[in-house]
Amino acid sequence: MPLFARLYNFAHWLTQDRSEAEDLVQETCMKALKGFDSFRQGTNFRAWIYRILRNTFLTSRTGLKAAMVSLDDEEAPVAEPVAHGTPESILISNVDQQAIQAALEGLPVQYREVIVLCDVEEMSYQEIAETLAIPAGTVMSRLSRGRRAMRESLKEASIIRSTLK
Amino acid sequence: MTCDELHGKLMAYVDSELAGGELTEFEGHLRGCAGCAADALGMLQTKLATRAAGMRYAPSAEFRLRMEQGMRPKQKPVWWSLLWPSVAMVAVAAMILFAAVTVLVNRSGRERELTEIADMHVTELASANPVDVVSTDRHTVKPWFAGKLPFSFNLPELQNSEYTLVGGRVAYFEHSPGAELLFNLRKHQLSVFIFKDEARGFSARAGTATATRLALQIETWSEGGLRYYIVGDAPATDVHALGELLRKAARS
Repeated sequence: MPLFARLYNFAHWLTQDRSEAEDLVQETCMKALKGFDSFRQGTNFRAWIYRILRNTFLTSRTGLKAAMVSLDDEEAPVAEPVAHGTPESILISNVDQQAIQAALEGLPVQYREVIVLCDVEEMSYQEIAETLAIPAGTVMSRLSRGRRAMRESLKEASIIRSTLK
Repeated sequence: MTCDELHGKLMAYVDSELAGGELTEFEGHLRGCAGCAADALGMLQTKLATRAAGMRYAPSAEFRLRMEQGMRPKQKPVWWSLLWPSVAMVAVAAMILFAAVTVLVNRSGRERELTEIADMHVTELASANPVDVVSTDRHTVKPWFAGKLPFSFNLPELQNSEYTLVGGRVAYFEHSPGAELLFNLRKHQLSVFIFKDEARGFSARAGTATATRLALQIETWSEGGLRYYIVGDAPATDVHALGELLRKAARS
């Protein structure tokens, strides 16, 4: 089954729960099979099926709760998350994979999903915009804010780690 | 491109969203600016580290199997596998019963058919006018049926044989008109009935069949879409010999 493992990974990042992720993937596959006629040939299949999954998630209890979290003004320009104080390469070398996962988990779902789609699924901004049904500008805005929040989280983890050493 | 301008496009660069002249200009700046190059490298490292950390969850083998089974065409439920031998036995029994009933019905139809033919022969002999066209000449008898029957037939040349054609008349069997011919053989009288071969008891059977009813010999066969019956009190060999003459004539 194409994309099965990747869909599950994305579903787990959204729901943060194994059982919910399984239900979400199962329901997504059933919907995709049932509504395959609605897929237009020549369009992006990956964006189509990820969109089904994400829309299904938004109708779930966890998804509804996550959607209620309000974000800052998404259209406002965002400074690039470049750290002049602590170079990012040094920061990354100071933290382990678990810290990165914890930082990603701690993000609001709207930021988490764009980062997973961009960095893990390696989707283009346009694909992410199609999947989430939001403008490409909003994708960039959420990516920027999400990465900045992650960086702050990682900086804290780095400080704690250095203190413990 | 200044450092501030570069920082505005750093994320797009790391995410491979820059192209063409913009990408060339960006990379040109990176080659000459160690600070911006370090920032770009740092962001790229973070992206790669996020990618590695993000591939965190894998579906369990159990879930994968469940999904694969769910995607397959639906299998027969368990109760079906337990019940199907009984269902098969009932089906076989029903087929046997159907076959038996069919055989019985056919046999019953055949019995009725032969009895009817034997009765028609007896009735003919008991009649004061057993034939409507009286002639020993087949070229007289055969044309007499023209327009009276929905088919035609050939009569054999009986010269140099013991059989004599007496004549014929129209007979009806199950509402269908047919030819009834009377032949003499020594002291015996033989009736020949010819009908269109309808779905009667013998119709499904190929070849010649013989039977005895009311001490009468009966032979029947199908030839060229017509059903022939010979009935008489003559020995079976004589009945069969007349049948051979009629079959030969039908094929000529």
